[in-house]
Amino acid sequence: MDRRSFLKTLTAALAAGTARVVATKFDPFPPAPTLGRPLQPLGERSRFEAHVVRYISPNLPSRHTGAAFAPISELDGIIHPNGLHFERDHSGVPEIDPKKWRLVIHGLVEKPLMFDLEDLMRLPTESHVYFIECAGNGQNGYREPPEPTLSATRSRGLVSGAEWTGVPLRILLEEAGLKPQAKWLLAEGADASAWVRSIPVEKGLRDVLVAFKQNGEALRPEQGYPVRLVVPGWEGSIQVKWLRRILVSDQPAMSRGETSEYTDVMANGSIHAFTWVMEPQSIITRPSGGQRIKRGFNEIRGVAWSGFGKIVRVKVSTDGGRTWRQARLSDPILDRALTRFTLPWRWDGRETVILSRAVDEAGNVQPTRAEFFKRWARNNRYHYNAIQAWRIQPSGEVINGDPPLAGVEVPPMQAGGCGGEVLDG
Amino acid sequence: MARWFLLFLLAPALASGYGLGLPLSPDKAQAYDVTPIVLPDGRGLPEGEGDYGMGFEIYSFECASCHGPNGEGGPFDRLVADAPFSLDLPPHRFAIGNYWPYATTLYDYIRRAMPFQKPHALEPDEVYALVAFLLVENEIVPEDFVANRETLPGVKMPARKLYQVDPLTKKLFPWIELP
Repeated sequence: MDRRSFLKTLTAALAAGTARVVATKFDPFPPAPTLGRPLQPLGERSRFEAHVVRYISPNLPSRHTGAAFAPISELDGIIHPNGLHFERDHSGVPEIDPKKWRLVIHGLVEKPLMFDLEDLMRLPTESHVYFIECAGNGQNGYREPPEPTLSATRSRGLVSGAEWTGVPLRILLEEAGLKPQAKWLLAEGADASAWVRSIPVEKGLRDVLVAFKQNGEALRPEQGYPVRLVVPGWEGSIQVKWLRRILVSDQPAMSRGETSEYTDVMANGSIHAFTWVMEPQSIITRPSGGQRIKRGFNEIRGVAWSGFGKIVRVKVSTDGGRTWRQARLSDPILDRALTRFTLPWRWDGRETVILSRAVDEAGNVQPTRAEFFKRWARNNRYHYNAIQAWRIQPSGEVINGDPPLAGVEVPPMQAGGCGGEVLDG
Repeated sequence: MARWFLLFLLAPALASGYGLGLPLSPDKAQAYDVTPIVLPDGRGLPEGEGDYGMGFEIYSFECASCHGPNGEGGPFDRLVADAPFSLDLPPHRFAIGNYWPYATTLYDYIRRAMPFQKPHALEPDEVYALVAFLLVENEIVPEDFVANRETLPGVKMPARKLYQVDPLTKKLFPWIELP
């Protein structure tokens, strides 16, 4: 090290008031001594990354219904690789031959229409980066007391970001011609449960996509191959996969997915139906539960998103919520998409709790755990979007830092929703 | 300017639509409706009927292994409520008698998604019988109840009074009412 760079390093270390914390061990790293592997038609991840996979709860009674969590503890950026996008199926993943696939628009239309994939793909398309989030994301937050070993993946991994390409549903509806009584679009999937959900016509005319591409390639089978609905900002379960028809109606279906499931119990004892818009969330993915950090500099990283529009602010606290600093939002900051945030931080080696809190362009603020349960009931299953806290222990190990609910008698409460996790008790 | 000119040229081409997609006759559209969507007012319900006795037999054979011999739940959901709905009731005890707001949903869901391993295999009479069995077990209708397209829309479910449209949704779509 020459004198100048030594002085520079020393100044930087002194300015930060900390000594250099050396973690890197000296190791010569030569270039490869032999030829590498040849060209291959389909790329694969490095075998050293094989552990980065979706999390599937070991307690599911069946893997034909349930959810696989995107490994957000280990992902960065606002686009998730297609094989790691979270997955939620209700009756398994059907295998659909794209030549046999058909979409029918019928019911209260002037001209019922059937499209094959080739016809659909000839129509005008749009591409948008959107998050899709299962309404059951955050379900582990309903557990009381909070589970110490929670990871970011198990806390909020039922969300993913992708670029979706497809035909605006508006075009198909205009082609078929809506009758004046048309109020609802009852979308049906071609999976074994023929999943049905009701969408107001206005939403379908505004921004719903009939999507056939995910990050540029055909949808993955578990994302609805060959065609799914993308309903930006709304809960994932309404974004019907393996789309086979849209029945235009004057009444909603009140299907199982909008009555006994995906409805919300509120703290006042009422049950809300059609809780569609996903409220603002953020989560620190690094450092997060299950990870271990070292003393000194650590960039805090995470993602935020809201079904109401763009994220405008994420505040981060590194002292358990006493003081808050504004995190830097990484471009691009897109409407109803994952937004990445970072904050430079030096960990002094003392136990502390770190938190993040998102605000969206509609002015909605992510609630604390206590604020959340003033509005939503403790035996609700969906739409948990409270702040996730991480406790950094003196060893550098990170555990769930969520506070238990103060002053409430709590019967043991099993978390529910989407069959993402089945927990004991 | 150039853009306006382009639109002017395109307008006649688009006026009649894109000309894609196969127009369906009502018959053809009907043939595609293999899993009719049942609405709370009964539209979509087929002819046929079923009662508790028949339902009990089908339930024991097709459903009990997953949902328990008496609907108390097993590897999968509890179907028969063991308590009224309350804020202290854990979600795994939400069931037809305390959480489901419409009896028509039972028909729709069983018809389209159950039994889990071989869906859309039950005949309308069998589905009606299962619905009758589950409504009786949940103490919503008397034991001699016959489920059919006339009776189901009229069944008052105990949970219906708890339901309302999400207030945010109501703000976005003021016309939305629950059936």
